[in-house]
Amino acid sequence: MNAPLVDIRDLTIRFTGERTVYAVNGVSLSLGEGEVLGLLGESGSGKSVTMRALMRLLPKKRTVISGSVSVAGQDVLAMDDATLSAFRGRTVSMIFQEPALALDPVYTIGQQIAESVKRHEGASDAAARARALEMLELVRIPSAKRRLDAYPHEMSGGMRQRAMIALALACKPKILLADEPTTALDATVQIQILLLLRELQREMGMSVIFVTHDIGVAIEICDKVAVMYAGQIVETGTLGEIVRTPQHPYPQGLLASTVHGARRGARLQTIPGTPPSLDAAPAACSFAPRCAHAQQRCTERLPPDVVLAPGRTVRCVLAEDSVAVS
Amino acid sequence: MLVYILRRIIYVIPIVIAVALVCFLLVHITPGDPLVAVLPPDASAELAAQMRAAYGFDRPLPVQFGLWIWQALHGNLGTSIATGRPVLSEVTQAVGNTFILAVTASLIGFFFGVFFGLIAGYFRNTWVDKLATSIAVAGVSVPHYWLGMVLVIVFSVWLNWLPAVGMGSGGWSWDWAHMRHLILPAVTMSVIPMGIVTRTVRALTGDILSQDFVEALRSKGLKETQVFRHVVKNAAPTAVAVMGLQLGYLLGGSILIETVFSWPGTGFLLNSAIFQRDLPLLQGTILVLALFFVFLNLVVDIAQASIDPRIKRS
Repeated sequence: MNAPLVDIRDLTIRFTGERTVYAVNGVSLSLGEGEVLGLLGESGSGKSVTMRALMRLLPKKRTVISGSVSVAGQDVLAMDDATLSAFRGRTVSMIFQEPALALDPVYTIGQQIAESVKRHEGASDAAARARALEMLELVRIPSAKRRLDAYPHEMSGGMRQRAMIALALACKPKILLADEPTTALDATVQIQILLLLRELQREMGMSVIFVTHDIGVAIEICDKVAVMYAGQIVETGTLGEIVRTPQHPYPQGLLASTVHGARRGARLQTIPGTPPSLDAAPAACSFAPRCAHAQQRCTERLPPDVVLAPGRTVRCVLAEDSVAVS
Repeated sequence: MLVYILRRIIYVIPIVIAVALVCFLLVHITPGDPLVAVLPPDASAELAAQMRAAYGFDRPLPVQFGLWIWQALHGNLGTSIATGRPVLSEVTQAVGNTFILAVTASLIGFFFGVFFGLIAGYFRNTWVDKLATSIAVAGVSVPHYWLGMVLVIVFSVWLNWLPAVGMGSGGWSWDWAHMRHLILPAVTMSVIPMGIVTRTVRALTGDILSQDFVEALRSKGLKETQVFRHVVKNAAPTAVAVMGLQLGYLLGGSILIETVFSWPGTGFLLNSAIFQRDLPLLQGTILVLALFFVFLNLVVDIAQASIDPRIKRS
């Protein structure tokens, strides 16, 4: 097997300052070419932070990163500023949750796309503008030519997200990071954007890491899923494995709390309690306080990362038992 | 855009009428007889009445206002009681002189203000920021007539590099012989707008840098200098607006600075008009200055709308 396109090993991210936050605690992930990985978890579980670490977008001064991040064979954490900025937008690019805030309000859409093309490909003004038009047509923005000279505030939310996607894909990156790109959109627009992303991903053969807290969204687009809780990955597997046979109590609870496959008239289950504070590095299972199956050993030491099969891991003592039995 | 400009111009009309009324009333409500300055103390009551009639001070206020406005619309602001020259020519001359001073001071203030503000905002909480912020605070806090005097002592008295008063002989021209006179008062005057612009731009820059789109710009691989250009363009509309208002204040003429440096501008003129109870001159000067302010706001609004595409719509 070739080296994966994205290989994150034991990534730990700590924000220092008035109080220290252990945002990501030992995350390992890998992503092959053309794969779509869903990073699933609730707010504050460290999914966005993990993704930003992939592009080193976190504020330098207040962040302590350890572990290794390698993308397309390059060590991201060791890059100097020039290499890093050439890498961003070219090898990896990103789309954001709120396109209204992620586009510069005083530049036209065309200018913003063209700027990126000029930066990475040294294209002329005319060529960059032509590429911008091509991209807007690719993401199916109606009357694309006119939209080139539109400002972000002149477009609707869905249109802006399409423009954001056009911008991110303008230099044909190998990897697209999508940070909850549909969360701020209407449900009907959401599905359009998801379908568009899926289609573009297949067409361009790129890999996507898709961050979301919505299992329904993950089902539409992902091949593989990694579930995060309190800065750790608690379970990974293919989409089917995670949705049908979740092993870790947390994804089990998450799935039980959605309307997918729920019986009509029956109450949805909820996970009791709230996520833990991230003021200290975890020394035991972070989910234990909310877990119905918690045992004494869960609160005594870190649970093992059990490998059930290649690409299928569960961070839980219960899985350890099942492996031991079989 | 054209519609926007026309609409702004129409809005100006009622403002101008209100401004004229306030100018007129303000001057007439204040106590003191304008003729005291011109009449000898032993003048007869008859002579005083004659003079009063000659200047129209004997008529009812609304009539006086009507006449004044009517004349003003025809470009006649009356005659100065103290000098006997037409108010309009006095004011125009003073406005011209103040204009030279104010625009120079604004340019200096704006340039340094934006410069300090941007680097302070960009390198927030570093020593660069602290240095720039201290300069800004000092600029706003130091009494500028005092600063003016210090500059005069250092550069005119001790070093003898620059002249201390006046604006040079003959009419104004942009040559070294005249511009030497401009340097000290302009620098003194620029200190306050510089401080204000620095603080505004610093806050603005910090605000812009914390917005999502800056992260997005970095994520598409822009170099820091390119990101910085985006920040500047986002900061520009507000910086221009703040500077426009500051220019307005400066165009009003600084009585203190123009007095310290004996610069024959509007501040100087107002000062003497007040002390000589020269009503027509006072009224005329205030009116011209107020109209200037209105006009300037108009220009700022239009300039802002042409930089920031979002303003036109609202």
